[in-house]
Amino acid sequence: MHNSSLEVEVSIFDDTPRCNDRKTHKKPYFWSMEPQDTIKAQLLDSRDMERMLQRMARQLVEMFELDEDGGVSFGLVGMQTRGVYLAKRLQKIIKKVDGLDVELGVLDVTMYRDDFRMRGHQPVVKETRIDFDVDGRHLVLVDDVLYTGRTVRAGLDALTDLGRPASVHFLVVVDRGHRELPIRADFVGRKVPTLPGEEVRVRVSELDNEEGVWLVDHADVSTKEGDV
Amino acid sequence: MSEISTPAAGQEASPSLKHRHLLGLETYSADEIGLILQTARQFREVLDRPIKRVPTLRGVTVVNLFFEPSTRTRISFELAEKRLSADTVNFSASGSSVSKGESLKDTAQNIEAMKIDMVVLRHVSPGAPHFLTKCVDSIVINAGDGAHEHPTQALLDMLTITDHCGALTGLNVSIIGDVLHSRVARSNIHGLLAMGAHVTICGPNPLLPLHLEEMSPNGRVRVTHRLEEALEGADIAMALRIQMERQGRNLFPSTREYHEQYGIKTEHLERYPALRVMHPGPVNRGVELASEVVDHERAVILNQVTNGVAVRMAVLYLLSGSSVTE
Repeated sequence: MHNSSLEVEVSIFDDTPRCNDRKTHKKPYFWSMEPQDTIKAQLLDSRDMERMLQRMARQLVEMFELDEDGGVSFGLVGMQTRGVYLAKRLQKIIKKVDGLDVELGVLDVTMYRDDFRMRGHQPVVKETRIDFDVDGRHLVLVDDVLYTGRTVRAGLDALTDLGRPASVHFLVVVDRGHRELPIRADFVGRKVPTLPGEEVRVRVSELDNEEGVWLVDHADVSTKEGDV
Repeated sequence: MSEISTPAAGQEASPSLKHRHLLGLETYSADEIGLILQTARQFREVLDRPIKRVPTLRGVTVVNLFFEPSTRTRISFELAEKRLSADTVNFSASGSSVSKGESLKDTAQNIEAMKIDMVVLRHVSPGAPHFLTKCVDSIVINAGDGAHEHPTQALLDMLTITDHCGALTGLNVSIIGDVLHSRVARSNIHGLLAMGAHVTICGPNPLLPLHLEEMSPNGRVRVTHRLEEALEGADIAMALRIQMERQGRNLFPSTREYHEQYGIKTEHLERYPALRVMHPGPVNRGVELASEVVDHERAVILNQVTNGVAVRMAVLYLLSGSSVTE
């Protein structure tokens, strides 16, 4: 992430593009790779991502009826970190195509995780900020990868503490299988069968220097323990 | 979801505390203090919710060992623990085995034998928390040891300062009053210097310790005996409580004369329109601060109290991670 300096807090409401020179980056984010990691395949490039988000935006608008005032009856909640940027994209697309304003919130589930005792040190707590009233609202949780389902489980607990939504739906870019809880996504960008030692990495241009989805092989499976 | 935490995804070496305990801010780096403050800002949001509780520290047992009377700090720690769903046990010296002559070491080891994870210690003797780390395996948090340090108070002070004045680097903070007996002042000086602020110490000579200026090699600590000099150009004036109970002998003639010379009054707030006033509490109205100053909108004393809970939540959360590795 770019906020390595603790003084700088990255706000989701900050519109500045973080990378303008995507084309100069031939190699996808090698700077963020562990030496033993190898890229098995690129699953989606930035154009695929864009189309996929367009499609899911259509599905969202179709799924939720407009309220009496002709406004949108649902709110988007992006899960830290990349889910936030994906939710923001969806918000922009719906504004551009349908001229509808969708409210957007940010959710960090660190305080609700169940693997607290399995970690060496504590993960950084990020911002939670939902400015609209969640009571009686239809909410769509947005995240990048659905794997064990534990993060969404934590997200549901977090939402429950913030109010009583009318319903909660779940949108995800990649579903890679291997669920450990009875959880499914309502809107799925792409289903990808994977092996436990692999990792699906979604990268967004706002945060990373690349955009797309990659399948990465971990030489060392044990590093995946904290990966939910 | 995967990448946030996986080390293999690591563009960021996820920041963490290097320390296992919080004994004082003297050894804490700017990065560590910054991490605590950043985390505290996120926890503060929990305090504004209708349900002011998160399950983060479920199953963690914290003992509040208070060998000295305390209202604010003890309640603040207890609330912080409860907001994080930790199990808490309170211990106060009066009416306990301590009055039967049991030593700190024995008391702590006995309580630890009942399987606890963290100890919050308030003690009259400087260094008591350091000693405790040698006799128990639990994580120790210093809630004030004699006139040595009170790190969580300094952290909440710094959080309050950043709320009102932005980044600490280059800010001018004046600490006024009984510095000699003040653990709050010591922790604040260490913390503020680490964060790059300039510190002015002000008070009557008998209430100032020696060699204060030597705490900063590059002259960021200034000592003055005149209140006007301390307030001129200051962003924050931090008044310290005159600790009547710690004064064996009279170090100044009377509280009235102290107020004349060193008390912050309404006229000071008028003369310095950007100045904000802080106080670690409990306030002696009409001594360190004029009564009208305490109630003034630029006195941020109650913000300090709110931030106290958030900072203590952050400290408990960040330190509790180290119980796993060791």
